[in-house]
Amino acid sequence: MNAILTMIAQRLALGVLTLFIVSLIIFFSVSLMPGDYAEAILGQAALPDTVRAFREQLGLDQPAYVRYFQWLGGVFTGDLGTSFSSERAVTELIGARFGNTMFLAAYAALIAVPLALVLGVLAALYRNSFYDRTVNVVTLTTISSPEFFLAYVLIMFFSVGLWNGSEMIMGGFFPPIANVSDDVGFWERVYRTTLPAVTMTLVIVAHMMRMTRASIINLLASPYIEMANLKGLTKSRIVFKHALPNALAPIINVIAVNMAYLIVGVVLIEVVFVYPGLGGLLVDSVSKRDIPVVQGSCLVFAAVYILLNLTADVLSIISNPRLLHPR
Amino acid sequence: MTRFLKFMQSAPWSARFGMFVIAVYVFVAFFVPVLAPFGETELVGSSYQGWDSTYWLGTDSLGRDMFTRILYGARNTIGIAFVTTCLAFLLGGLLGFMSATLGGWVDQLLGRFVDVIMAIPSLIFALLLLTIFGTSVPVLIIIIAVLDSTRVYRLARAVGMNITVMEYVEAAKLRGEGLWWIIRREILPNAMPPMVAEFGLRFCFVFLFISALSFLGLGIKPPIADWGSMVKENAALISYGDITPLLPAGAIALLTVAVNFVVDWFLHKTSGLRDEH
Amino acid sequence: MSTKNKTREKGELVLRMRGLRMEGQADGEWHEIVKGIDLDLHRGEVVGLIGESGAGKSTIGLASMGFARPGCRITAGSIEFDGTDLMQQSEDYKRNLRGGRISYVAQSAAASFNPAHKLIDQFGEAAVQHGVLTKAEADRDAKDLYKRLELPNPDTIGYRYPHQVSGGQLQRAMVAMAMACKPDLIIFDEPTTALDVTTQIEVLAAVKDIVTTFNTAAIYITHDLAVVAQVADKIMVLRHGNMIELGETRSMIAKPKEDYTRELLAVRTYKKEEFAEANDDAPILKVSNITASYGKGITVLDDVSMEIHRGHTVAVVGESGSGKSTLARVITGLLPPSQGSIEFEGEILPSALKNRNKDQLRRLQMIYQMPDTALNPRQRVRDVIGRPLSFYLGMQGQEKETRIRELLTLIELDPDHFIDRFPGELSGGQKQRICIARALAAEPELIICDEVTSALDQLVAEEILKLLQRLQNELHVSYMFITHDIATVKAISDEMVVMLQGKIVEQGEKDVVLTPPQHEYTELLLSSVPEMDPDWLDDLLARRAAGEVVSTIASKPNA
Repeated sequence: MNAILTMIAQRLALGVLTLFIVSLIIFFSVSLMPGDYAEAILGQAALPDTVRAFREQLGLDQPAYVRYFQWLGGVFTGDLGTSFSSERAVTELIGARFGNTMFLAAYAALIAVPLALVLGVLAALYRNSFYDRTVNVVTLTTISSPEFFLAYVLIMFFSVGLWNGSEMIMGGFFPPIANVSDDVGFWERVYRTTLPAVTMTLVIVAHMMRMTRASIINLLASPYIEMANLKGLTKSRIVFKHALPNALAPIINVIAVNMAYLIVGVVLIEVVFVYPGLGGLLVDSVSKRDIPVVQGSCLVFAAVYILLNLTADVLSIISNPRLLHPR
Repeated sequence: MTRFLKFMQSAPWSARFGMFVIAVYVFVAFFVPVLAPFGETELVGSSYQGWDSTYWLGTDSLGRDMFTRILYGARNTIGIAFVTTCLAFLLGGLLGFMSATLGGWVDQLLGRFVDVIMAIPSLIFALLLLTIFGTSVPVLIIIIAVLDSTRVYRLARAVGMNITVMEYVEAAKLRGEGLWWIIRREILPNAMPPMVAEFGLRFCFVFLFISALSFLGLGIKPPIADWGSMVKENAALISYGDITPLLPAGAIALLTVAVNFVVDWFLHKTSGLRDEH
Repeated sequence: MSTKNKTREKGELVLRMRGLRMEGQADGEWHEIVKGIDLDLHRGEVVGLIGESGAGKSTIGLASMGFARPGCRITAGSIEFDGTDLMQQSEDYKRNLRGGRISYVAQSAAASFNPAHKLIDQFGEAAVQHGVLTKAEADRDAKDLYKRLELPNPDTIGYRYPHQVSGGQLQRAMVAMAMACKPDLIIFDEPTTALDVTTQIEVLAAVKDIVTTFNTAAIYITHDLAVVAQVADKIMVLRHGNMIELGETRSMIAKPKEDYTRELLAVRTYKKEEFAEANDDAPILKVSNITASYGKGITVLDDVSMEIHRGHTVAVVGESGSGKSTLARVITGLLPPSQGSIEFEGEILPSALKNRNKDQLRRLQMIYQMPDTALNPRQRVRDVIGRPLSFYLGMQGQEKETRIRELLTLIELDPDHFIDRFPGELSGGQKQRICIARALAAEPELIICDEVTSALDQLVAEEILKLLQRLQNELHVSYMFITHDIATVKAISDEMVVMLQGKIVEQGEKDVVLTPPQHEYTELLLSSVPEMDPDWLDDLLARRAAGEVVSTIASKPNA
């Protein structure tokens, strides 16, 4: 048991270290910016005095490592600086939208995970059947489509609707724009975010079920499953008692990897549906070159991503019988 | 040659469909100036004209012919994605094989470096870098190629590792062969099938990635005709029930589906061949 | 379903197979792999299925349970178990038999036990499901059987997970598991092939004990005639899915009817004709006080010293983990030692590969165990043999071509036929010949042969040994022969070195080492090698019990 604790401690330490390095990258990559940071923000035409004043305001006259530790200190105390474009605190901007993004991601995950696991296991059990081949083609198609394509197709069918002359054949079920604010109730929020959540689900399910299928097939080919067959065990016992305990680690891994993917994929979906989430904020800030906001949002996305991968790592250690019962 | 033909004949309908689609796209990309009825950035009519016999797919917000721009999009979008993928493979493949062959501190160093880059989601990293370096086409290509090369590196290293443990590589080392010879003569020929398949998949990924960035307005910029940005520019039409903006998006989807079908068959085929021995 | 109280009379027919035909799928087409096999098996009788790879023996073994692996199918024939044709029965019926009345012991216990469950839970699983035993009864039976099979700590070992138990113990635990329901028929599918000889004997003893005590019918599958002779009442020799010969064990060994069987029997009798004279010349290779380790702390070689003289063959013998292959890695420079030196023809060799010059590399060549992985599948024979010629000797064009052809002729392959082939188009033995030609192309002084025959079928292995011997006589090259197989040592070596856990326990001229008095480990190793005598195992176990020969040694790792 000790070995496993050590391993988990190692992974956690590695996670913290990675996060630290990522913060370094996010902070210092800005200093790679060609030309002067302040000039770049204000434009070439800015007066030298203005530039100097702006530089002092940003603290650019101090050495980089001092500014890094100030920034890092700020990260821990919840102060990520002030937005260039809106003059509001970055933490406040991010905070308001982070919850929305998490809501959308959780909504999509709630539909996608059970669906993908069931479809994936079925495809593995009935390998090369008509069902399996159909599912293979369908998922390949969804994986291959850009997220915004799927999103607009869904909007077309369920929102704008298909028209025959002046008569709507179908559509109008959901709003084309996922407009939510704090005063929107829970169920209303669920209703308005259904289309973006379904779009996310389509993409994630395809990935997740293909991975589930592959890992189950891999597992079913192992000699101990053949042995279980030769011991005359029933099919359900083989699946639940012999395959499942060993499938846990790969399946957890599949879920975590896709959750991480989901967190990032949400950026595009938010833009399509004009959803007030962190992804939308990030994209806006990138086009405005609002560097403090970009840095802050990148850090949050990276942290969530690293955390999810870390969870996957730790869970798959815990669910591995060889590690769980060391020699 | 006959073996090649036989190989092709064994392709299922999905792979044949995929190969046909790819061939059409490549043909269009090469001969677009001949095929297109108008110039790429030529203003030919008023904005948002409907579909008719002159403007097959209508015009866009500035009055450029949609059909022409979709054809040019094939050249621009595919070309940029292809160059990016090649660059990513050159970089990632070379470093990956080097890591696998040399091992030791080179492998450790490269491995850790790649781990850190991959710890940041690539879309987020790309957005950060684009903020800093601006969004010109060369910058876009380099950033995406570098980010994507980490994944190529991982695969090349894994494939290379499986090959370097083979005794024929040890035999070459014992003979005193140099690194370059071992990579070129012993590893590369045996790594081709998985790397070719990966090239297809990575191309799809890069292609979708660039389209996504363009769609966000951060990738290929107007007036260059590009499918991702065309969707963005004309998205407003969708609220009026006009499907024109979906066509470039569909063009993206169709190509990636086609490539995926071919790769899927190729993977199945090559792994199947390996089972036989 | 219970068979526990059924009277077990020897002689009653348990299994009757008639005209069994099976097909296997390769490259999308079905090929016949079992071509009409008849087999009768009576209670208390053990039949050995023997043959080289591809003979179809495992496939037939599984078919007797009414089972075909994915990619295989039974196309014709009948498999009657206890009077019922399994081919006509439902999957449920067969599932009830499996694990209950017919059980299976796999080659690799390590892979065939589920890593997620304790041994004792896997032991009783089938019995409980078939309603033969309660869980408590199963646990009690398990402990009894573990004790009977001389597993250490029989009362507690069952509560361990598979990866917590060593290979030999796990294999015995699997034999115990097969006995859980006291089946009428057990299939043993190469149960000792993956084990070292000293461990093999324990499993063999367990198998024999179980089969005689419970009067069970058994099919014992192996490629080793000496092993099967110990347990089988009759032997069926198979080749390419055909039955070659079937007979009583003793009479078949004494008087085989078919040529093929005779060849299989003759394998172990090959001996080098003339042995190299001991001479006082300076040794070609001198290894002095080598100590080496992988990473930190784990010493794999401990103060190893040995010499090889020109034209001599030195066999390095040991079981897995003895450090014999590590010694080869040290000599070739792949693993620089932490202490000690290597002299080649009186000159100290740099310890790391990259510091050796071309000529030093040329004079020391290596041949590997697996010819499949030792040849690049994408290089033609011409390139494989041609590369050392141009690399070391600077040969080009016609000169090189002529030499490649000479070498191919030397290893008894027709140049016109083979020069343009890829390794995938060669048989295992042919591939190994190409590896030998590649080594010879460098015109070496010493060739390290790392288990060069153990991946080959016995007849092919023998051909390779003969070839190597002929080449030595013609070219006066020296061999360092790394092997775990005593028969190979006896056949080819002049001197031998016995290794155990990274140390040399005994070395010297072969005949001296092979005759007592010996180091106790050498004695254990030699006495554990099965002989082509059906009484060998019983005699040995009796002598071990009486303390006439060592049965274990203090420093031997727990098997």
